[in-house]
Amino acid sequence: MNTVSAPLRNIKARRTAYQSVVRTLKTAPISAWFGMIVILFYAICAIFAPLIAPYGQAEVIGKAYELSSARSWLGTDQIGRDLLSRMIYGARNTIGIALLTTSFSFVLGGSLGVLAALKRGWLDQGISRVVDAFLAIPVLIFALMLLAVAGRSITNLILILALLDSTRVFRLSRAVALNVVVMDFVESARLRGEGMRWIVFKEIVPNILPPLITEFGLRFCFVFLTISALSFLGVGIQPPTADWGSMVAENKSLITFGRAAPLYPAAAIALLTVAVNFVVDWFLQKTGGLPDDI
Amino acid sequence: MHPVLRTVLQRLGLGILTLLAVSVIIFSALAMLPGGYAQNILGQGATPETVAAFNKELGLDRSAVVRYFEWIGNVLQGDFGYSYSGLSGTIKRSVSAIIAPRLYNTFFLAVMAASIAVPLSLFLGVMAALYRNSWFDRIVNSVTLTTIAMPEFFIAYVLMFFLAVKLRWFFPLSTVSADTPFFEHLFRALLPALTMTLVIIAHMMRMTRAAIINLLASPYIEMAQLKGVSKSQVIVHHALPNAWAPIAVVIAFSLAYLVVGVVVVEVVFVYPGIGQMMVDAVSSRDMPVVQACALVFAATYILLNLLADIVSIITNPRLLHPK
Repeated sequence: MNTVSAPLRNIKARRTAYQSVVRTLKTAPISAWFGMIVILFYAICAIFAPLIAPYGQAEVIGKAYELSSARSWLGTDQIGRDLLSRMIYGARNTIGIALLTTSFSFVLGGSLGVLAALKRGWLDQGISRVVDAFLAIPVLIFALMLLAVAGRSITNLILILALLDSTRVFRLSRAVALNVVVMDFVESARLRGEGMRWIVFKEIVPNILPPLITEFGLRFCFVFLTISALSFLGVGIQPPTADWGSMVAENKSLITFGRAAPLYPAAAIALLTVAVNFVVDWFLQKTGGLPDDI
Repeated sequence: MHPVLRTVLQRLGLGILTLLAVSVIIFSALAMLPGGYAQNILGQGATPETVAAFNKELGLDRSAVVRYFEWIGNVLQGDFGYSYSGLSGTIKRSVSAIIAPRLYNTFFLAVMAASIAVPLSLFLGVMAALYRNSWFDRIVNSVTLTTIAMPEFFIAYVLMFFLAVKLRWFFPLSTVSADTPFFEHLFRALLPALTMTLVIIAHMMRMTRAAIINLLASPYIEMAQLKGVSKSQVIVHHALPNAWAPIAVVIAFSLAYLVVGVVVVEVVFVYPGIGQMMVDAVSSRDMPVVQACALVFAATYILLNLLADIVSIITNPRLLHPK
C-alpha cells in the first residue's frame, strides 16, 4: 500500500522540466499565446535578418518613394531603399539595442539595489537620495539633455538610457531585497560564515528573481519606446542604421500624400510592446503580482 | 501645529529640495560638455585667446558655485540667459524671449488635452469600477491595455492618416503663429490634443478604476451598504471623501505624463511648442535653450507631483479629524 501512494504524493518531482513547461503553457490564456507567438516571430526576424531580408539595409534598389510592387513589397524609402528589408533589419537593430540597454540597466541598478539593501547605512542613504533626484526628471527630457551634452551616438544612447533606467531598477531591487535580507535563512548563512558572494548569489538573488523578471519585461518596453521616440526625434539611432523610430521620421512626409508607409514601422513597435505587455500580464498573474512597496 | 499643516510644510520643503537638486543637475550639464562651452560655440579652430575672451565675456571664468547662484537667481526672475548661434556665436538671442511664445503654445495644448482627458477618463474609470466585469468594463479594459503600450507617434500618425488625410476633418499639420486667431488655434491644436488624450486616458482610466475598486472593497463601505444607505449616498458621502486623494494622484500623474508626451506629439504635428524647440536645440547643441527647456519640463513635473501630494494630504479625512 505504502509503495503505491508514495510516488503519487510526490507528483511534482516526477515531472521533468520539459513537462512542467508544457503544463504551464497549456494554462496560458489566448492573449499570452498571442504575445509569445509575436515575440518569437520578432526574434526570428531579428536573428536571421540577413537571410530573410531580400536586400541589404543600406542598399539602394530603385527610385525614392516607389509604391509597393512585386520587387519591393512595401515600396522604397526617401533614397530608394527597400522598406521591407529595412523593417527586418530594424528588428535586429532596435530590439538589440533596447535589450542591451535594459540588461546594462539591470546589472547596474540590480547590483546597487542589492548592495544598498545589504549594507544599509550611509551607502543606502547616499544612493537613494541621488536616485530620488534623478527620478524627479522625466526620462525622455533627461535623455534629451544628456544627449545634447554627450553628442549623438549609439554608445552614448545606450549608456545614458541604461543609467537613467537603472534608477527605477534600483528602487525595485532594493525594495524586494530588503524583504529578503531580514529572513532567517540569510541570517543563518551569515552565522555559518558564508562570504558575501554566497549570500548574494545563493540566498538573495534566487528569491528576488521573479519580480525582477517581470520588471525586466516592463522596463524593456519602456526603454524600447524611449529609444524609438528618441530615434524618431532624430537624436537616437543615427542613419544609415535601419531602425523603426527613425524610419517613421524618414518617411513621415508620405502620410500627407495618403500613403501608410510610416505607419508600418510604428505599428511594428506598437505590436511588440503590446505583445510583451500581454506576456508580462500573464506572468504577473502567475507569480502573484509585483510587491506594492516600490 | 495642526498635523495637516505640518505634513504640508514637510512635503513643500521636500519639493523645494528636489527642485534645487534637479536645478544643480541641469546646471552641471553645461559644465560636463566635452571640450567646454566656448569651444563648442566658437568651433575647433578658435585660438586659446578668443576662447578666453569669450569665457570672460560670459563670466565662465568664475567658479561654478558663483555661476550657479547667478544662474538660478536670474531664472527665478524669468531670465534664462542668452543663446549663441551662427558662425562663431555671432547671433546672440535672449532665451526667455524665444521660449515665451512657445511656452504659451504648449500650455494651450496641454490645457486642451487635459480638459478633454480628465473628465472623460474619470467618468470611464468610475463607470468601469461600478459596473465591474460587465461587457463595458471588459471592452474598456482591453482597449486601454492596448493603447497604453503604443508609442505616441504611432497613435498620432494613425489619427493623422485617417482623420486628417483620408477623411479631411482636420489639418494634418498644426502650424500656428502668434497672430493665429484663437478659434483657429483651437481647431488646429485639436488633433494633437486628441492624440495626447488617447495616450493619457488609458493610464488615468485604469488608475481611477483600480482606486475606486480598492475603495469600494473597504469594510466601512460594506457597512454602509449593509445598514441600508442608498447607492448614491454611499458614493457621495462615504466613498468620495476618501477618493479625492487617489483621484488627485491620478490627475497629476497623467498631467506629468503629458509633459513628456507633448515633446513627441509636437514634433509629429509640427506644432510650435517648447517640446519641438527642445528637440531642435538638442540637435544643434544649443545648450542654454536645452537647459531652459529641461528646467521648465522638470519643474512642471515636480510641481504637479507636489500639488497632487498636497491635495491628497489636505483631503485626507484621517488627518483632518485627528483623534
